[in-house]
Amino acid sequence: MTSSSTTTQPVYSDTVVRGFALMAVVYGIVGMLVGVVIAAQLAWPELNLGIPWLSYGRLRPLHTNAVIFAFGGCVLFATSYHVVQRTCQTRLFLPKLAMFTFLGWNLVILLAVVTLPLGITQGKEYAELEWPIDILIAVVWVCYAIVFFGTVGTRKIKHIYVANWFFGAFIIAVALLHIVNSAAIPVSLTKSYSAYAGVQDAMVQWWYGHNAVGFFLTAGFLGMMYYYIPKQAGRPVYSYRLSIVHFWALIFTYMWAGPHHLHYTALPDWAQSVGMIFSLVLLAPSWGGMINGIMTLSGAWHKLRDDPILKFLIVSLSFYGMSTFEGPMMSIKTVNALSHYTDWTVGHVHSGALGWVGLISMGSLYHLIPRLFGREKMYSTRAVELHFWVATIGIVLYIAAMWIAGVMQGLMWRAVNPDGTLVYSFVESVKATYPFYVIRLGGGLLYLTGMLIMGWNTVMTVANGKAATATIPLVPAHA
Amino acid sequence: MDILYLLIPLSAVLVLAIMGIFGWALNKGQFDDVEREGSRILQDDVLAVDGDQVASQSTPEQSRNIQSGSS
Repeated sequence: MTSSSTTTQPVYSDTVVRGFALMAVVYGIVGMLVGVVIAAQLAWPELNLGIPWLSYGRLRPLHTNAVIFAFGGCVLFATSYHVVQRTCQTRLFLPKLAMFTFLGWNLVILLAVVTLPLGITQGKEYAELEWPIDILIAVVWVCYAIVFFGTVGTRKIKHIYVANWFFGAFIIAVALLHIVNSAAIPVSLTKSYSAYAGVQDAMVQWWYGHNAVGFFLTAGFLGMMYYYIPKQAGRPVYSYRLSIVHFWALIFTYMWAGPHHLHYTALPDWAQSVGMIFSLVLLAPSWGGMINGIMTLSGAWHKLRDDPILKFLIVSLSFYGMSTFEGPMMSIKTVNALSHYTDWTVGHVHSGALGWVGLISMGSLYHLIPRLFGREKMYSTRAVELHFWVATIGIVLYIAAMWIAGVMQGLMWRAVNPDGTLVYSFVESVKATYPFYVIRLGGGLLYLTGMLIMGWNTVMTVANGKAATATIPLVPAHA
Repeated sequence: MDILYLLIPLSAVLVLAIMGIFGWALNKGQFDDVEREGSRILQDDVLAVDGDQVASQSTPEQSRNIQSGSS
């Protein structure tokens, strides 16, 4: 806090950064473990064990909330609080409020772990948590916005680094999305009804759902990418100008893509077409980000050979490019007619989640964690390398299995005999999917194993380091 | 589709707000000397900050900190 001595230099406020970074690793392991359990349950339903709290239907939202909001959320908090301080060369605005966001966010996660297996749910995807927890999320989020924008507002550097634009847009958009989609009429402490109904509710839900992907899982992590790739590579962003252009294009276009989740439903055709067109347009700004990040290594490709952290960061962008090409393709109504409700959608989600979000998080944390504990590198660079390969092979197995399963399902469901009857019954498609569920489980197990390796490496790094305080470079006064 | 009477004006306001924020950034010089800004995060030393890059506003806590010490 404020120093009383006249010779103390100000220090960055990194306690909360440390807390969020370590909890991110913990929640990554927890969330992926639940993922492995539900993947196993899809292959072997007996693993529901007849216990309601362990049934697939209740564990699936625990998995999605844990990996998106617990793991992804903690990584975003840690990195945004770290990056905003370093790029503004000032201490966090209201560090005690930042600590409140840490405690509040962890409380949200704890409440999720308790309520979701109990079956307490609003039934809205990625927005299952009931209304009291929704209120807590809103309070924590407003405080987050105050800390983040307060720090930007009290910055010592006039220019706002591009990463902060991405973080800022993510924070504002998520506030808007959460508050609008969570509007509900409570009837008891554990039950509420959505303020919207029918296809209108579906539209609000998927406006939220797709922008949760676009702002929480994309814009926020692009902010991360724009800081940690240059820092790890020791090279500036390939084209700073491009980063500004694609930022504005991305945040504008993403808002309109939601209807692609509702093709061939009761949603009006014109809304479906809007969603499809903007989803296709989205390909350009997304690839702008990918190219910018990858080409940052221009002139330094050799570093990829020996630096596994750079491997994480650059390969994450390759998966980002893949997913942001696949997504627009799947938004085309004709393609969607085949892919909707199949496992291709699951494959697409996990290509983005494991490939882009997971790997960029791991790379950023591997850069950040040692520095938070007075070290330059993680305890074991070889373990980082092993994690990279294990995770990448896991991702490839996962998505390949789901692609094959998904297209197969789509084709089976639409196959008709000459007399117009269906060729296959639904259960036949389930039976045909079984081997791919097993392969997918294998991919997920590998990905979880990678996370466990990271957990070990993190423990060893913290145990062999010490929480360092970093002084803020003094900005010289005007002449 | 009565919700459109709300959604379309709301979207228009949002677009105007976005344009306003962009205009603010443009006028405050956020897009001047863009190439240099990309490299700033890689510079460790204090001299990376020019006099004209210092934000004019600062909180009382930070002013006190800057005035402390021998700088």
